[in-house]
Amino acid sequence: MIRPDAPLLLEIRDLHARVEDQPILKGVNLSVRAGEIHAVMGRNGSGKSTLSKLLAGHPAYSVTGGSVLFRGQDLLELQPEQRARIGVFLGFQYPVEIPGVSNLEFLRVATNARRVERGDEELDTFAFEDLVRERLKLVQMDPAFLERSVNEGFSGGEKKRNEILQMALLEPLVAILDETDSGLDIDALRIVAGGVCQLAGPDNATLLITHYQRLLDLITPDYVHVMAAGRILRTGGKELAVELERSGYDWVDQEVA
Amino acid sequence: MPALALPKTAAWLAELAGEPLPGRRQEDWRFTDLAPLQAVAAELWSGPDPFSQCSLPGGISRIAPAQAQLLLDQGLQATGSSAAWPVRLNRGASPHFLALRVSGSVEPLQLTFDAAAGQGLLALQLLLVLEPGASLELLLHHGSRAANATSLVTVAQLGSGAKLNLGVLAPGDARASLLSHLAISQAPASELQLTTAVGGWALSRFEPRICQSEGAALSRLRALQLVAGQELADTHSQVQFNGPDGQLDQLHKVVADGAGRSVFNGAVRVPRSAQRTNAAQLSRSLLLSDRARVDTKPELEIVADDVKCAHGATVSRLQQNELFYLQSRGIAADQASRLLLRGYCDEVLRELPAAAASAHPLQLLLRERP
Repeated sequence: MIRPDAPLLLEIRDLHARVEDQPILKGVNLSVRAGEIHAVMGRNGSGKSTLSKLLAGHPAYSVTGGSVLFRGQDLLELQPEQRARIGVFLGFQYPVEIPGVSNLEFLRVATNARRVERGDEELDTFAFEDLVRERLKLVQMDPAFLERSVNEGFSGGEKKRNEILQMALLEPLVAILDETDSGLDIDALRIVAGGVCQLAGPDNATLLITHYQRLLDLITPDYVHVMAAGRILRTGGKELAVELERSGYDWVDQEVA
Repeated sequence: MPALALPKTAAWLAELAGEPLPGRRQEDWRFTDLAPLQAVAAELWSGPDPFSQCSLPGGISRIAPAQAQLLLDQGLQATGSSAAWPVRLNRGASPHFLALRVSGSVEPLQLTFDAAAGQGLLALQLLLVLEPGASLELLLHHGSRAANATSLVTVAQLGSGAKLNLGVLAPGDARASLLSHLAISQAPASELQLTTAVGGWALSRFEPRICQSEGAALSRLRALQLVAGQELADTHSQVQFNGPDGQLDQLHKVVADGAGRSVFNGAVRVPRSAQRTNAAQLSRSLLLSDRARVDTKPELEIVADDVKCAHGATVSRLQQNELFYLQSRGIAADQASRLLLRGYCDEVLRELPAAAASAHPLQLLLRERP
């Protein structure tokens, strides 16, 4: 939902970044207001995933220029955990398996870290179980997954549902979902997209990183951005995604050249 | 501080064992400095017999001394343990001896050997005879709070179809030593689960030796050893298959911090008679410091041709991608590291006998405040 007077949540200005000696982002500009859903599309290697990981604070990427403001605050000077606590969420393309760490315990510690930041009381194990069981319904997840180690032995679809469950518990202001649709069959895709739609509201914003139109059939974006060679090359409405699906990225190559 | 050896103690230990202390030139002791053992007072522990208060559940009976000694000798011979230096030392040190026969399925048992603030060398022998079809869950809980040494020799004989779930929980003291030799013989269709968790000793040496006397048994070994400071933890395991269709599933995990040193040598012997043996051994080490050191060596001797024998060894730091994943959910780096470390250890600790839970093994071994 586009409201020109809605508060600005994320403001990326002329962002440059590299991994090791390789420049990846070469001047990204993007403004995200509350209530908006943005889709970032582009070929492999265009810089989409780098942008999402960098916003979450992944240590492998170093910023070489530009700025990122989150509600007016310099995001880049914060540790990854501080970014998460103030409301930045990254849904991983490949959620990490952590043997021996209970999923329930992990979700509780993470939820409480965010609650403390917001000035809410920490939840004890009983109150948290009530909350998590309610949020499980959003992604139609079997409670048995709470008893297992984080993502260990989960199928691709179960891992992505676990990501959306975390999003539902952390209630971020900006959710960046990095190829959440990859590796999902159509039923799992519907459940995951349904969860994202239910969580999207007037006070938060969603950034969908995706290759495919099929996710955007289920989650209607307000803006579609096309990334190439480390920049946002073009911005449009949802019709831009339809055009990309029809004509591919050849025109992008011509513009970059 | 590294322990200072007392010359008198070295001579005394050699006299008890009937041969000099093993040196670094012997392959089995190449990485293992016995200085902490020589830093204890040259005297036998004078505290009460740790076995005297032991109350036994139904189905467990004591074996008469003469017969017990005979069975102990047989058990040590079956695993080639008689000549091992820690066994010789133990036998020369007038050990307290408990010999038990187990029939049927019995209540879980726990034995505590706490050298506490005692002086010198505490020597213990434990003989377990599991009759065919018997089932026992036993937790051995060691402890120490001073510069003393504990020597334990455990001999177990598992009859056909018997099941032994043996756990060793050994949180130590940075001045103390622990020498533990286990000689376990398994008849066909018997099942052994051996879970050891040891950490915090100046010197610990575990020598589990398992012999599947006719093959066709299951041996499942789980071990966790933690070192920090100047500590040294050494495990030399040996599994011998003397017949076909035996199974081994072995996981050895290490956490090495500070200037600690961890040694693992895992021998698996599969002679020609042991066809269709299925053995897997995995050694995983977590290095938390630049000064810590890990030496890990699988030692597979396979003569039989129709066998599956897998082995692997990894040495790594905490995984950056796991740390980042936790941090990206609002969990601070130090808390994330602790969660990962606890998860790593818990994979072994959760397999200890249920009685271990009340001792909070994670907090004990990671030296966390309650």
